[in-house]
Amino acid sequence: MSDLTKTPEPGTPAEQSAATKAPAGAAPAAEQSAAPLPAVDPRLLVREEGLKGYWTEFTRKVRGGELGSLPVFIGLIVIAIVFQLQNDKFLSASSVANIAVYSAGLGIMAVGIVFVLILGEIDLSVGSVAGVGAAVWAVLNVSNGMNDWLAVAIALLSGLALGLLHGVFFAKIGVPAFVVTLAGFLGWSGLQIWMLGSEGSINTPSGGIVENLTGYYFEDKAAAYGLALVAVLGYAASLLLDAKRRKAASLPSRPTSEIVLRTAVVAVFCFVVAYVLNEPEGARGLPLALVLFLAVLVVADFVARRTTFGRQVFAVGGSAEAARRAGINVDRVRIIVFGLSGMLAAFGGLFVASLSGGATKNLGSGNTLMLVIAAAVIGGTSLFGGRGKVWSALLGMIVIQSIQQGLNLLGMASEIQYMITGAVLLAAVVIDSVSRRTQKTAGRA
Amino acid sequence: MIHVSATPVLALRGVSKRFGAVQALTDVDLEIHAGEVVALVGDNGAGKSTLVKTIAGVHPIDDGTIEWEGRAVRINRPNDAQTLGIATVYQDLALCDNLDVVANLFLGSEITSGSVLNEIAMEKRAKELLDTLSIRIPSVRIPVASLSGGQRQVVAIARALIGDPKIVILDEPTAALGVEQTAQVLDLVERLRERGHGVILISHNMADVRAVADKVAVLRLGRNNGVFPVKDTSHEEIIAAITGATDNAVTRRQARTATPAGATATVTKEDAK
Repeated sequence: MSDLTKTPEPGTPAEQSAATKAPAGAAPAAEQSAAPLPAVDPRLLVREEGLKGYWTEFTRKVRGGELGSLPVFIGLIVIAIVFQLQNDKFLSASSVANIAVYSAGLGIMAVGIVFVLILGEIDLSVGSVAGVGAAVWAVLNVSNGMNDWLAVAIALLSGLALGLLHGVFFAKIGVPAFVVTLAGFLGWSGLQIWMLGSEGSINTPSGGIVENLTGYYFEDKAAAYGLALVAVLGYAASLLLDAKRRKAASLPSRPTSEIVLRTAVVAVFCFVVAYVLNEPEGARGLPLALVLFLAVLVVADFVARRTTFGRQVFAVGGSAEAARRAGINVDRVRIIVFGLSGMLAAFGGLFVASLSGGATKNLGSGNTLMLVIAAAVIGGTSLFGGRGKVWSALLGMIVIQSIQQGLNLLGMASEIQYMITGAVLLAAVVIDSVSRRTQKTAGRA
Repeated sequence: MIHVSATPVLALRGVSKRFGAVQALTDVDLEIHAGEVVALVGDNGAGKSTLVKTIAGVHPIDDGTIEWEGRAVRINRPNDAQTLGIATVYQDLALCDNLDVVANLFLGSEITSGSVLNEIAMEKRAKELLDTLSIRIPSVRIPVASLSGGQRQVVAIARALIGDPKIVILDEPTAALGVEQTAQVLDLVERLRERGHGVILISHNMADVRAVADKVAVLRLGRNNGVFPVKDTSHEEIIAAITGATDNAVTRRQARTATPAGATATVTKEDAK
């Protein structure tokens, strides 16, 4: 409230929730036509209609430290420009497809981490659980000839089981998540090596599901354009439907101009990506990995924002005690989130196995864990719990993979890549901390 | 007292609660009827908050029984209390700072269609509720973190009313409020009574207690120390019950002002303890 009373200039936009982006408090005129509501706070700042209001709202939010995904978008644009100037292959079809395919596996693991971070905890075991998932699949399918689908399902379930186990130790016994998952990190990588036996690696059979996870491309051009079209139409429809329902309920809704603007931005982005994947020389079409990654993102985002469970995760991350007193089963939420993280880690592990040609002893070790957590944080999910978006897994992973792809194209040594990725992660955390402090002084955190 | 039915909605009989070596509550009895405001008073550490938390399911009781509309029930979890129809506004408000006002109001009892949150119904209902309570906040879609202390208090009270509870427990609802907001909360308490809710009001403010309560139940050192009808009880009698009637700061002071010589003796005795 303090920021409102300090700047009561007329025309400054109303407070607005980042989660729903609904304009808060309609203009007095609209309010009167809807219902005679006497209880409008006279200090309430009302957002102007139209694009101008949208812009002032946006600048006010940025000044207040609510940066959202803005730093990431700017970062991505800078990355694209810098690498494209250095090497004109950076924005080529194969390079973009590479970024998409390499983002998918680690990005799916990062989705699980986003949930854990929103809960205000950390999961250090994702790399090892990914390795176990890949090893379970390889042993069952390749060594024992089990049905491909069944083996994949069991691999996912084993990831779920390991995650649930972490969750039980954390929620029921009260061991800090940091320690439980650190033990898991060591223990499960031991299990992974033990399962793979003396050879230490099991190669992916060609033509199997796991090989196709990253190897399959929808070569029909209709696939990429169709998906882009479905995404844009779906986005526009959900915005319009929401606005219509809110209007019917006489609640403040998004102005049509804003819906058009948002849809246009999404449409341009989707169709540019589809074009690059389809048209230029060397284009192979839409990678299956990208489709699966997007599917996981859409489902996870829906769960996080629109279901009771998602609301409970945010509530526990914001204040576990308040959530408990509101009747939320905090232990259950925590256990499920860790289970989810384990299952997505195992799923991501199959992608990594697919890329590296098989389940190996080293799968999921090294910097896998760091990249996954870095992606979630770079994408804008707070390390302090309670704030974050599922889409940050996509944004952050694209940033990381773009840097790696660009440095690979420039022939940079891997030690330099580590240093640069580390610097990017540090920058992301600094932005998170600084924006949090700005939000506090603006009374928004 | 307006309508007091024969069977109390909620009755505590011989409730005890221990925390390690501390006996927080011993054999506490309490009855709340529908349409009745019971003020629960006592000094700091008397066990008011603990008693409220046992009713709300935050701390399960060790001994004794809780009766709901005449039959014995177990309240082991906050959910149990909510299902029965007990809503609690805690002193520390227990709001999630990162969630917006609507999400906080409906936390734990979200309106869903299928398993999907019905944000529009929730926002509409939230606005209606806040309007009927004349609660003024900048917007129902801002995070609770950006509200002032008084605004958080009214949001917390509004939240207790979402599920249309039979018993509403208010833990120090007016402690953080300004003059007008205090009056609004007291109006709200009266409105709850008119609608047939039972209200347990914890307060240190005797003016508030006498303004709205029907009965005053006094706790002292974790035990019952009398239940008084507000109409027939003087301010001093309640204070006496709160502080322990025979030997306390108030009587000592009265004695001291009356006979300075005698007071010195009392103080010396007190110091010797």
